[in-house]
Amino acid sequence: MNSEAVIRVKNVHKSFKSVHAVRGIDLDIHPGQFVALLGPNGAGKTTLVEMIEGIQKPDRGEILITGKPWRGNEKELRKIIGLSLQETRFIDKLRLFETLRLFASFFGLGKERCEEVMNLVGLEEKRQAYVVNLSGGQRQRLALGVALLNKPKILLLDEPTTGLDPQARREVWMILKKLKDASSTSLILTTHYMEEAEQLCDYIVIIDHGTILKEGTLPDLLGTSSAVTKKEEYHGPPRNLDELFIELTGRHLNE
Amino acid sequence: MVKWLNSQLWQLILANARELLREPAVLFWGIVFPILMSLGLGVAFTKKKDVTVNIAVIGRNHLVQAPGDSASVIRNFLQDNRAALRVGKDGALSRELRVPDDKLGGTTYIFDNMDWNAAMVALKRGNLNLVMDEDNGQIRYHFDPMNPDAQLTYLKFSKLMKEPGMLIKPSETEIRPLTVNGTRYIDFLVPGLICMGVMMSCMWGVSYDIIEKRSKKLLRRMIATPMKRSNFLVALITVRITMNFMEAGLLLFFSWLVFDITIQGSVPALLLFFISGNIAFAGIAVFLSCNTSKTEIGNGLINLISMPMMVLSGIFFSYHNFPAWSLPVIRKFPLTMMADGVRGIFIESTGFSQVLLPAAIMLAIGVVFFTAGLKLFKWH
Repeated sequence: MNSEAVIRVKNVHKSFKSVHAVRGIDLDIHPGQFVALLGPNGAGKTTLVEMIEGIQKPDRGEILITGKPWRGNEKELRKIIGLSLQETRFIDKLRLFETLRLFASFFGLGKERCEEVMNLVGLEEKRQAYVVNLSGGQRQRLALGVALLNKPKILLLDEPTTGLDPQARREVWMILKKLKDASSTSLILTTHYMEEAEQLCDYIVIIDHGTILKEGTLPDLLGTSSAVTKKEEYHGPPRNLDELFIELTGRHLNE
Repeated sequence: MVKWLNSQLWQLILANARELLREPAVLFWGIVFPILMSLGLGVAFTKKKDVTVNIAVIGRNHLVQAPGDSASVIRNFLQDNRAALRVGKDGALSRELRVPDDKLGGTTYIFDNMDWNAAMVALKRGNLNLVMDEDNGQIRYHFDPMNPDAQLTYLKFSKLMKEPGMLIKPSETEIRPLTVNGTRYIDFLVPGLICMGVMMSCMWGVSYDIIEKRSKKLLRRMIATPMKRSNFLVALITVRITMNFMEAGLLLFFSWLVFDITIQGSVPALLLFFISGNIAFAGIAVFLSCNTSKTEIGNGLINLISMPMMVLSGIFFSYHNFPAWSLPVIRKFPLTMMADGVRGIFIESTGFSQVLLPAAIMLAIGVVFFTAGLKLFKWH
């Protein structure tokens, strides 16, 4: 990638009391790039995303969004970021369209954009439904719709399909694939589903214990890791991300 | 117009209002319940009805005479005054004596024949006011001297025993019943209910709402957008205060309709005091909810603040009944200040200039707590 990075993470550290959540991570993400942060629970994925999102401040290191630090540029940067958290619950007694209207107003957007987004996430039929009556998958699509309202340059999705059934997960993937084809939005997606990373992302970062174990495109990751360990002399290179993860950490991703 | 409709403050106000109005429980507890409470308490304490008091008489012979029974002062009194004799299905004897009184309300005395143990059980259950027996023509009264009802029954009945003529010509005394507006219990109660409604509405509607939204990570989601943080709180408080106005207005209308309650003081003064009271409690509510994301802790904090005020601040009865040393503290509670002020306007004709200082204090309380809460506010 030759273009300038939209997100630049430089030697970032973050601790919570005695827990070192992130230990010296460097990462550049370019326009239109879809990046998966892959790691087990407690690996430091969410903390890294929260720092990129500006919610947490790094103890050390620097994070630049479109070349600007959060400090002093918060108002401007909030306008170009879309976000979907692992478990946001919107206001139960608001209708789906009212929820979109509310969040659209934060960006100074009107009804038209809400209509577009509702179509984009395929929830037109649920326009008048109360949020409380939506299924898990529909709520997640609503969360994604809310994240896309401002046509973000950067989209941060924290485990967007955790807890969803395979069908609902695929619906979310379809929306993201359409987005990839139609815009130059950069995506950071945290997940512990290998398939999700493989399907959606063109760059994968494997994280554990707050550090990057390995990063690259899927072919890079599966092709280059084979030369390192003795074990691979017998078994060959890993065939998928799961095997690679076990090779790197000695355990399964979902453990 | 369209720009205004798209503004985040307006959309936040709309969202909060919709959330509130679509919750039937909120409407019940906010509007219907205070009206029912005022109706119940108002009827119970305002329209003086005849009362019935129950007196246990130890010894069957004091109600009816069997062959060989000795003389009884109680029996003679009841028979002389034609107290109706009744026999229950289980054979239990009782007599009933009605004493009419136009001014104070009539009293019906029910004399139940019981043994001592049964009388004690009935007393513990609150089914009796007084226990009587007789020893050698001397009536003995047994009751809890700390119980005002029991004491009143004793005083009334013992006087009746001494002056049976009262049965024919009651209330010959110089009693002039005061029933003008402002002196009834309902006049005392309604302003208190309005103030309590404001406190509870702010505590649960602002505090709990913030904590719940924080626990659902909705606050965190909202501040990840360019939403102006103050807009969120302003919208929440605006909707709540508007709702409080509606609740108080309805309660007032109902009280006027049913109990003929009027505002004797200055209406602008009442508005000023009502707004300052709302701001005070909204500020306290923001402070209370500024840090926690656990609804259980929120519950505890809200109860910790509101329960003592509800009991001590003179909502249902005057706080002057509490020990003198506690009064200076009680008077400083925001709910006491508000209730005293609103009550003053309702029943003491308090004018605008007289409420300026207390209203300013309430406003200051609101601003100080709101500012402190905002400083400590945890959005995620």
